Amino acid sequence: MMWFLRALVGMLLVGTASIAAAQNEQYIPLLSYRIGPYAAGGSGYFGGAIDYFTLVNLNGGINGVKITWEECETEYNASRGVECYERLKTRHGGASTVEPLSTGIAYGLFERVAQDKIPMTTNGYGLAISAEGSVFPWVFPLGTTYWDQAAAMIAYLGQKVGGEANLQGKKIVFMYHDSAYGKEPIPVFDALAARDGFELTKIPLTPPATTQESQWLQVRQLKPDYVILWGFGVMNPVAIKTAAKLGFPRDRILGVWWAGSEEDVIPAGDAAKGYVTAAFSATGTNFPVMQEIVKKVYGSGKGNLEDKSRVGSIYHTRGVTYAIMIVEAIRQAQNHFGKGKVMTPEQVRWGLEHIDLSDARLKELGASGLFPPVKTSCADHEGSGMVKFQEWDGKTFKTLTPFMAGDRALVHKMVEQGAAKYAAEKKLTPRDCGKEG
Amino acid sequence: MQFFFEVLIGGLLSGVMYSLVALGFVLIYKASGVFNFAQGSLVFFAALTFVGLMEHGLTFGAALAVTLLVMILLGLLIEKFVLRPLVNQPQISLFMATIGLSFLIEGLAQLLWGANVRGLDIGIQDEPIGWIADATGVNVSKFDLSAAGIAAVLVTLLALLFSRTRIGRALRAVADDHQAALAVGIPLQQIWGIVWAVAGFVALVAGLLWGARNGVQFALTFVALKALPVLILGGFDSVPGAIVGGLIIGATEKLAEVYFGPYVGGGIEGWFPYVLALAFLLVRPEGLFGEKIIRRI
Repeated sequence: MMWFLRALVGMLLVGTASIAAAQNEQYIPLLSYRIGPYAAGGSGYFGGAIDYFTLVNLNGGINGVKITWEECETEYNASRGVECYERLKTRHGGASTVEPLSTGIAYGLFERVAQDKIPMTTNGYGLAISAEGSVFPWVFPLGTTYWDQAAAMIAYLGQKVGGEANLQGKKIVFMYHDSAYGKEPIPVFDALAARDGFELTKIPLTPPATTQESQWLQVRQLKPDYVILWGFGVMNPVAIKTAAKLGFPRDRILGVWWAGSEEDVIPAGDAAKGYVTAAFSATGTNFPVMQEIVKKVYGSGKGNLEDKSRVGSIYHTRGVTYAIMIVEAIRQAQNHFGKGKVMTPEQVRWGLEHIDLSDARLKELGASGLFPPVKTSCADHEGSGMVKFQEWDGKTFKTLTPFMAGDRALVHKMVEQGAAKYAAEKKLTPRDCGKEG
Repeated sequence: MQFFFEVLIGGLLSGVMYSLVALGFVLIYKASGVFNFAQGSLVFFAALTFVGLMEHGLTFGAALAVTLLVMILLGLLIEKFVLRPLVNQPQISLFMATIGLSFLIEGLAQLLWGANVRGLDIGIQDEPIGWIADATGVNVSKFDLSAAGIAAVLVTLLALLFSRTRIGRALRAVADDHQAALAVGIPLQQIWGIVWAVAGFVALVAGLLWGARNGVQFALTFVALKALPVLILGGFDSVPGAIVGGLIIGATEKLAEVYFGPYVGGGIEGWFPYVLALAFLLVRPEGLFGEKIIRRI
């Protein structure tokens, strides 16, 4: 009997210790995908995020509060993602924020996170109107949305022809992933086509689109000035190779940022040379923060990526970018609610609404130029809207432009209108951000 | 008219690529009467093993030889540990086993070689043949034409294997009835082992060609989706059917996308082959070249 009591007391002590540990750590569930069709992107992104969290912990945590995380494999599957969220949200004392890196999973979580009061980040994907914080208080498309990217793409093409006014009469083909993701920017492209007078032709690609001859033959017949490629996964290298096969110049294809990683161009080989894409973060290990990750995290054998050559790749820096924003939000929350304390999800949300990653602050963090300055608020959950453009030279992505924005006024107006419509449909009462500050 | 022929030729050549995958299905079906759900995974496994070995410093030829051995070994292991215990079980059990097998192979491939996307250069450029383009204005890719040649050689070899060899005849007997084949002394395990090894070889060829075109990545498993309507159309147990079915599916899906797609918003290439296959099922359930089964009631 004594052995049983001892065991019971021991178990209780261990349990209490783990709860105590959990209470001193800021827990972030990661709905990652490291196997399946999109594993290359998922492993790079979540590897980057974990590498930065590890670096923060090695440097003593956020004012002494260590970050802890738990991964759940979603395989980029929406139902598995929702299941993972439900499984992880109450672990380690409760989730402080969640990042699914999947538009499908994010759609499945919109109402759940609002109900559970857990902020969800959707960096570089998801619903553009969720940037309106008064209607989507728990969703944060930090950095930039698809709508701002679409506007920036047209601004970039305008630069190429000597000004957006010169887009009048030009032909642009929009070749897109035939899904909610691919259709998301269409309202902005339509609005800009009406404003600038360019001819917009939409050609859908049914995923996975492993052959695209018929679509690219149509493109060749249309003789467009530019093709905007809004693809994902295998669709991207197939598009580039098919364009090359049919003689369409790659420097006249402009890819969405999810078509702008090493994983999208390497399979296309030489055909991808000259191909241009949008990006919401820079690439490489030259940034001080990336150097620190290489030195401290990988130097101590704690790096998350098995293949060290992927450190500094596009997906990896995207993950680091996400993690920097989250850590900064928690730090801001601590500055307001008490340094050295574990923040509740509501407090983390407050932090996410008060991110102020200015040029100076980015420099302090060793991330100057890694991504554009971000300043969020109760109403603005995006905080930037800046995009840069890069060109694949056969070995690496070369920066073509600094971070730049398109017609933000137009996009902002569309976001406001779209969010108001959503609130009316869902019978939501928007927050009064004027009062909340 | 030139544009029409360009779409048609592009479609026919794409169809040959579908046929390459379909051939692997036909082999297993002929030997066991089972639709092998794992064929797409075998294509992925073969291509990933090949590029993985090349990354480890093997030459093209050495990687090809080692991958071929790996695929043969994998085929033999599948026969021993998955199929042999299921002899005389209903065909649905075998089919279910291949579903499980597909997940196992996909997981194993990524476990062994990682999930990174790789490029694959097999030395054939995917660019138009100059003299054809100059003479006709129609772009025909060197790569597509080479793939068609490889498919033709494969089909000839497989057709000879099935029609002119004892193994071929034994295969047909095994497919008809496992128990009866065993009763007349056909070594079932040996036959299945050979067929799975040959299916592994076909998967390797398909994996190299599809991998060279689209990159070696998980999405190679999706090419199996393209083979399904080809099989319904051509017949599950016909090698020539796989080729003819591929040509028909390739050409019609491209023509439909270009000439019919714009009227319905486009993006019909994904489902149109299945509509065509369904229509064929209604008229000729055994497919164009499939064996017509007459049952006594």
